[in-house]
Amino acid sequence: MDILYKIFIDPFVQMGGAPDLLLQTLWEGLVGGMLYALIALGFVLIFKASGVFNFAQGIMMVFAALTLVGLYEKGVPAYVALGLTIGVMYVLALGVERIVLRPLVNQPDIILFMATFGLTYFLIGLGEVIFGGNSKVMITQQLGLPSGSVSLEVLGGFVSMQKIDISAAVIASIMVAGLGVFFQRTRIGRALRAVADDHQAALSVGISLNQIWVIVWFTAGIVALATGIMWGARSEVSFALGTIALKALPVLVLGGFTSVPGAIVGGLIIGIGEKLGEFYWGPLVGGGIESWLAYFIALGFLLFRPQGLFGEKIIERI
Amino acid sequence: MSAPEKERPVLLSVENVSLAFGGVKAITDVSFDIRKGEIRAIIGPNGAGKTSMLNVINGFYHPQYGRITFKGATRKRMKPYEAASQGIARTFQNVALFKGMSTLDNILAGRTLKMNRGFFWQLLRHGPALNEEIEHRKFCEEIIDFLEIEHIRKAPVGKLPYGLQKRVELGRALAMQPELLLLDEPMAGMNLEEKEDMSRFIIDVNQHYGTTIALIEHDIGVVMDLSDRIVVLEYGHKIADGTPQEVKSDQRVIDAYLGVAH
Repeated sequence: MDILYKIFIDPFVQMGGAPDLLLQTLWEGLVGGMLYALIALGFVLIFKASGVFNFAQGIMMVFAALTLVGLYEKGVPAYVALGLTIGVMYVLALGVERIVLRPLVNQPDIILFMATFGLTYFLIGLGEVIFGGNSKVMITQQLGLPSGSVSLEVLGGFVSMQKIDISAAVIASIMVAGLGVFFQRTRIGRALRAVADDHQAALSVGISLNQIWVIVWFTAGIVALATGIMWGARSEVSFALGTIALKALPVLVLGGFTSVPGAIVGGLIIGIGEKLGEFYWGPLVGGGIESWLAYFIALGFLLFRPQGLFGEKIIERI
Repeated sequence: MSAPEKERPVLLSVENVSLAFGGVKAITDVSFDIRKGEIRAIIGPNGAGKTSMLNVINGFYHPQYGRITFKGATRKRMKPYEAASQGIARTFQNVALFKGMSTLDNILAGRTLKMNRGFFWQLLRHGPALNEEIEHRKFCEEIIDFLEIEHIRKAPVGKLPYGLQKRVELGRALAMQPELLLLDEPMAGMNLEEKEDMSRFIIDVNQHYGTTIALIEHDIGVVMDLSDRIVVLEYGHKIADGTPQEVKSDQRVIDAYLGVAH
């Protein structure tokens, strides 16, 4: 009985007892979730348009952040470096389309997936050769991002929020809204959905696959850059950051691989769930819940709703 | 029907086209032409190279030898989207639709090349882009009316029965307002009633919109009724070319279909 009490009642008593602490935990979870959502968004974009799980997305994020900081360290002013990095991401998109995707068109998905592995190691190597293997500090202040924190007085206590986290939340929301409109309303958005469904048919109605791929990879690159700046500001810029991107996997399983809103909702659920679980239920098993809880939730979803919350229903006529 | 065939201008001509995949010869030295406004059939036993021929015309395959002239312009290597922008639309043997999208969205996708308003106007859905969207929507609704698929306008096409999917695919091709429409076995797997419907649509498209049509079909009865002229392929070679009457009585065609006594 004691254990049941500890699982089902005690945590909620704690939550009710210290609502400011609960809010603080929720906020931390929300910010973490937003960043997961951004990473997942990068995956969703590419998965939608080419049906490929882009293993390199995490490294693209690091590569973008590294380019930005590296250029700054070499004496380029911060905003110019930002512009140049966007340029580099465009060149990367062109290169991926020309060298990787075009020769592999109509190959099975698994082959394209393996190609993104290759891309991962290529980017790691390239980044280390140009900018060195040491971890770097993100140039948040130079980019005009605020630092420090604000404290809000709520419910008889304090909730402190990092300003950088607040700006991350704002930027993430703007990007997500922009992408949503882009997909639903524009000709390119419709073309993109068409390409995702059937390459041949898309070609036959006059959609240029090559152009669409460049657009998608470039957009994913921009998302990667934004994510890289935000994650980099929270820890540091190094290739170890790439593994965080794997957290996007449970987010995608939860939200659905093809859905932009799914990536966001999934990211938030995972982010908040992790923090709440760690803080209130973690002590029961000696902590450390945070690192595996997301995968555990994803496993549950795979059992009962394999297409995710918002994924396209798998339709098959036999 | 309309003007006698001899007087119609040539829309597309295929000259001495050969296509091979490694050592496998799909098409060998085939020449024929398609005249403006006619229904041209390509027939032949399985593996004769009919679909390969369509793929060459619409730019999916690039032949090793030969020339293709469309609307007076001879091309070397054309990409499928270039073919589409010049006015060649097609349907596929195994229906290739955007399965997750609705019927209407599928047909709208066929208008991709006709939408030219700026990207940012579309984002805002305002001003000229809004008018344009309405215009295209209207055009697509007309096609939907024409093909009698109003009732499935919003349904995801992946769920539709095969016959209707074929119709949606035709609708998507029509949305491109093509000058040349390539149909790869538009009636494969259909029952008699569906075949009659489809034949009616093909004739209507040809007469109402004046669209030139090239089609591949196995049902010889349908082909004889529909087409103005027929090309017969066998093992990648052209073995006959002419009106249904001429082709029907050609000894090589009869041999190809019925086999020869050795």
